[in-house]
Amino acid sequence: MSTATEAHNDAHEHGMSDAGYIKIALILAAITALEVSTYYVDFGPLFMPSLLIMMVIKFVMVVSYFMHLKFESRIFSFLFYTGLGLALFVYFVALATFKFFIA
Amino acid sequence: MSDTATHATDHASEAGHHSSTGLSNNKLAMWLFLGSECLLFGGLISTYMLYRGRVSDGPHPSQIYDIPFTSVSSFVLLMSSLTMVLAVTSAQRKDDSRTTLWLTVTALLGATFIGGQVYEFTTFYREGLGFTTSLFSSSFYSLTGFHGVHVSVGVIMLLATTGIIKKNKVTGNKAEVVELVGLYWHFVDIVWIVIFTLIYLIPS
Repeated sequence: MSTATEAHNDAHEHGMSDAGYIKIALILAAITALEVSTYYVDFGPLFMPSLLIMMVIKFVMVVSYFMHLKFESRIFSFLFYTGLGLALFVYFVALATFKFFIA
Repeated sequence: MSDTATHATDHASEAGHHSSTGLSNNKLAMWLFLGSECLLFGGLISTYMLYRGRVSDGPHPSQIYDIPFTSVSSFVLLMSSLTMVLAVTSAQRKDDSRTTLWLTVTALLGATFIGGQVYEFTTFYREGLGFTTSLFSSSFYSLTGFHGVHVSVGVIMLLATTGIIKKNKVTGNKAEVVELVGLYWHFVDIVWIVIFTLIYLIPS
């Protein structure tokens, strides 16, 4: 019985503990504060790359931990990231067509 | 009935609509929906990127954006993701009172964000930025307006879920219902993470 109960609990408690989620939220809050600081502090040539990297880190953290994608079946990851990849591809092409990256 | 048999019955009822893949059809559909939503917001974001410099009339983006105010709104929405995930873990522990508490807090944070957006839109309008003032204004209001509608729908979903849990009218797996609402809510949050950086923090 104990094995069955443990397996049942594992299935329902995939992911992290509440304390783990709070830690993730604190990291996200700290990154947001860093992002906002770029508005007040001159980051020079690092301004754009640092903002984009922080945005991607926040995005991946929320998707992986809060949305449990890291702990779920790879089919879910495939569905979501395929949609995201397709969106990025289509719109990069569209923006390139309008010479967005040349100006 | 033995404990093992009871557990097997409970598990079978909870996994009632699982498919031959062993995955929940509901969750699969939600992830597919969210993947398609990426295309919707991708279109709106790229349209804004194209038109943000096209200001024939009215104020420019840098003249009207209030970064400190939007930063607070972003922080509120980010923290609502934490309260949402706490609602999901409470539902998985079958703790209904904490689940409804965290769902209500999440809805309140979402409503606060919407309140901020209404205030921001009103301020922009008073400063001369109407929907048809310029290509920039049209693309800005379309993008942030669509996101705002998604947040509003999310708040309604959160309050409705709270109501049906309190009345004990959830059919099927209660934890999964909360998780599905959570997936939608977190998606709304990640879209704002992208909007906040690309639209507000990176100047045109």
